[in-house]
Amino acid sequence: MKPAKFDYYRPKDLPEALSLLESSGFDGKIIAGGQSLVPIMNMRLATPECLIDINGLQDLNFIESDDRVLKIGTMTRQNTVETSQLIKDQCGLVTEAVAHIGHLQTRNRGTIGGSIVHADPSAELPLVMMALNGTLHISSEDETRSVKAEDFFLTFLTTDMMPNEMLTEVHLPIWKGRVGSSFQEVARRHGDFALVAAACQLELDAHDRISDIRLALGGVEAIPLLISDAKELLAGERLTDAALQKVADVVAGSVEPESDLHASAAYRTQLAKVLTTRVVHQAYERAKGSAVCP
Amino acid sequence: MDKVIGKAVTRVEDMRLLTGQGKYIDDIGTPAQTFQAAILRSSSSHANLVSIDTAEAEKVPGVKAVITGEQVKKYLEPFSVGVSAPVHYYPIAVDKVRYVGEPVAVVVAKSRYIAEDAMERIKVKYEALPPVVDIEGSMEEDAPILHENVGSNIANHRTFHYGKVDQAFEEADRIIKHKYLFPKYTATPVETYGIIANYESSENQYTVHANFHGPFVIQAIMAQALKIPSNKLRIIVPKDIGGSYGIKAGTFPYMVLLSVASRIAGCPVKWIEDRQEHLSASSSGTDRVTYIEAAVKNNGKVTGLRMKMIDNVGAYIRAPEPACLYRTHANSTGAYDIPNLHIDAYAIMTNKLPTGLIRGYGGQELYFPLERIMQRVAFELNLDPADVIRENLIKKEQFPYKTASGGMYDSGDYMKGFELALETGKYEEFRKKQEKARKEGKIVGVGLACIVEPSGSNMGYITVALTPEERAKSLPKSGCSEAATVSMDPMGSVNVRISTTPSGQGHETVAAQIVSEVLSIPADKIKVVAELDTSTSAWSIASGSYSSRFASLGSSAVFYAAHKVKEKLMKIASHQMKVSESELELRDGAFYEKNDPTKKYALKRAAGSAHWNPLSLPEGMEPGIYETYYYSVKAAEPPDENDLINSSVTYGFVADLVTVEIDPDTGEVRILDYVTIHDAGKLLNPLIVDGQIFGGLAHGLGGALYEELVYDNKGQLLTGSFMDYLCPTAPEIPNVTIKHIETPSPMTPLGAKGLGEGNTMSAPVAVANAVSDALTPYQIEIDTLPLSPNRIWTLLNQAKQNKNKEVTV
Repeated sequence: MKPAKFDYYRPKDLPEALSLLESSGFDGKIIAGGQSLVPIMNMRLATPECLIDINGLQDLNFIESDDRVLKIGTMTRQNTVETSQLIKDQCGLVTEAVAHIGHLQTRNRGTIGGSIVHADPSAELPLVMMALNGTLHISSEDETRSVKAEDFFLTFLTTDMMPNEMLTEVHLPIWKGRVGSSFQEVARRHGDFALVAAACQLELDAHDRISDIRLALGGVEAIPLLISDAKELLAGERLTDAALQKVADVVAGSVEPESDLHASAAYRTQLAKVLTTRVVHQAYERAKGSAVCP
Repeated sequence: MDKVIGKAVTRVEDMRLLTGQGKYIDDIGTPAQTFQAAILRSSSSHANLVSIDTAEAEKVPGVKAVITGEQVKKYLEPFSVGVSAPVHYYPIAVDKVRYVGEPVAVVVAKSRYIAEDAMERIKVKYEALPPVVDIEGSMEEDAPILHENVGSNIANHRTFHYGKVDQAFEEADRIIKHKYLFPKYTATPVETYGIIANYESSENQYTVHANFHGPFVIQAIMAQALKIPSNKLRIIVPKDIGGSYGIKAGTFPYMVLLSVASRIAGCPVKWIEDRQEHLSASSSGTDRVTYIEAAVKNNGKVTGLRMKMIDNVGAYIRAPEPACLYRTHANSTGAYDIPNLHIDAYAIMTNKLPTGLIRGYGGQELYFPLERIMQRVAFELNLDPADVIRENLIKKEQFPYKTASGGMYDSGDYMKGFELALETGKYEEFRKKQEKARKEGKIVGVGLACIVEPSGSNMGYITVALTPEERAKSLPKSGCSEAATVSMDPMGSVNVRISTTPSGQGHETVAAQIVSEVLSIPADKIKVVAELDTSTSAWSIASGSYSSRFASLGSSAVFYAAHKVKEKLMKIASHQMKVSESELELRDGAFYEKNDPTKKYALKRAAGSAHWNPLSLPEGMEPGIYETYYYSVKAAEPPDENDLINSSVTYGFVADLVTVEIDPDTGEVRILDYVTIHDAGKLLNPLIVDGQIFGGLAHGLGGALYEELVYDNKGQLLTGSFMDYLCPTAPEIPNVTIKHIETPSPMTPLGAKGLGEGNTMSAPVAVANAVSDALTPYQIEIDTLPLSPNRIWTLLNQAKQNKNKEVTV
């Protein structure tokens, strides 16, 4: 379990990092917290020839908000995200989800950007990006662009990014009003990747009717799955058991999970149903309980 | 001086461990010009080795040697095995590979990085053979055979008949039976195997530093394999071993492999196993199929047992296997008074990792079917499981209790322990809560388990694998010898040398406590040396750290060695004071005249005379203070012609009560409460005791809920990293209440029994019983582990569907 030989660079700033990335072609790999990359390099499942360490890019370590959009720099450690009051106030779903990532020790190293670009279909942050309709800001030496989470995740461990591109920051819309959210997962142990995870955020009108809802599931497909029918099924109504059951049935019909060592496809489908019911219900109750935004 | 034995003193080891000053194998220095090894391992579970092309690997700069089985074989004989089946086991594949992870080549290079680079350039050609991984599948007529010269996959088969089994079954009101499968799982110490091997041609000697912890009978096996006199294999065990839980007994094949690698490469060679290697190719517990039948009276009394047990020892049977089948032989009927017993025992080989010691060794495999069937007896007879246990427990007045298979349970009060478990876990109250909870649609249950925890193995038990006729052909084996040395230097300072190769259990602390009390000097003045060196330490074949033998045997050796020192010092004092020994007493570091406490003679002075002034010693006394004691127990006799064997020295008792709640929607099992009552005789250090119990329980919960080495039907390991092999971590450990009762063992001078493995044996079945109890409304039988949510939900879902079908019919 020793990595193959690689060149190591530690750029001082973003332009230098992007220039290095450009010049290393397909052989470069960015390392931030290293919580996924280092083990797979040690197992020689990944053998990048050139490692570009962006831990020196402190400009990319930030949490900001303009009251409409929450912006998080790619180098922000997961633990910093977890303990940020600003994020908790404006985007509580993120706070709730991040607590499920690994362990405190790994969250001290792991970054928000690292987890997103790794694009594990069971991981928490990609799911949250999908559930919250986040936007990813990506740079290369020549270009800066942004892409919606829905277009970012392509398949298992694969994103829309080119080898010369780097994620720099993520933007999350801040919901106003009577908003509630919920993140729940079933994992074999504390800190494991979820067998299935579910995330929901919804908004209520003054009469406890759902005015907007986003629901997404992780661990059931090659990428986080947005249940776009949820809004159609639930909007304009108060939440009832019957309505919840309907959403759960839609979820059961739309997921096509794979079987693996820890969970059969049938069990994952069951978890998708159960967790859907639970997160929608909890988000609804939280929204009802909140006077203003969460 | 106050009593020190039995006090919860903190560990002397902790300061160095917590400040990063532990001396583990990877911390000790290496000789100059030591090279690093990496081991290429088989990707195939069963194949002929057609060719190994090492040419490209040898060209990598920094590579010293690339070594294959063909080369290694020249310096080796196959390891001797404890069965009559002619299994040829080498530490590296020769001709054939038989499991995924089996060593195929060793690369010796300047660094591990280079060694791994070179490893990728070795080309191995395999000719695939059909694999066999299923236990019973391996015994079928047309099963692929792993070892052609054995002729079948059965490495060992023995039957045992004790008492009047047939009569018990004829006279039974009911016969209750079931088949259970205990899965293959392992022990996962933080520190993996590590070896520094050095062959010196000038002396034709191998010096091997390794975190191997015995049993040191394996030293003889290694020397034999290396074809050298045993004093030419010097094994040095470092002061600190980073956990083992039995698995480091399995370091030995690698010690031999690296020894030969050093010889071929012509340099000292170091190898630190990585985690992937550890999971795929170190050692593991056996997976076992048990068919168990109980002859039962209507009141729940079990009068006879029949067990067919089939242990899967993996690709090669190797020492000390098939000991997993026999280590618990004396306590096969557990905590119950069952006089009639039939055992049909098989050790079979499949294309999986070879097995060996892991904590609990054989206990969890035995008690899973035994305690499951006790619960089933209760359910089928519509009795309370607690009443069935009460009906069958050995009674206090029956001790010392002779078991059907020859065990001599030394002491105990099982009923007291069990009732304490019920009381502490509020059993009756829980039953009422359960009734209410069930009406609310909740799934809750309570599991009970009573187990006997053997410790201090009788070295004779392994020969039970042979028939009495086969045994008669060689010298009998018995005993459980352990050695300790206590010495006093000219300034009166004490050194204690132990041969119990601790791997974190705190032997140094307890040894110091014992010597402190015997010699009446403060424990912090006593230095305990835990390094073992087979060329300079006092040791014997049974030495080492396994079968919880420190508390029963290691501590006894220390106790008697300290007494030898005390007696010698007393003689000196008596001589100098001109007072008879019977009139002297030792306290506060000095001998006092009982009748005249003003007259005293300091211990230090007595020690001083032994060194500085030997001419002053009593006539005939040797100078110096250096006493070694070899301790064994009479009760550890060899098996007799009827296969009666007292396989262990002491037998502790554990009663567990666990309550669980199962999420009906997800199948997740949550442990509400875990109560465990222990009787390990006299406790030497309660603080260490509870630490050991917590660790053993965590391992047991791993077996119950999380851990399994899973192979697919092609023999590929699916749990090759900690992503998939799930050990419980701190958040998975529930609330635990530990209580003790102490019935001192008459076998050991301090009354202590071994402990620390009990809950590894009991927890898998205690949790299974709780889950089964919870699921009684669904008529679900739990007959294997681990109880993953996927497994529980699938069973629950099937049960619900069956119920629906019944309704429609």
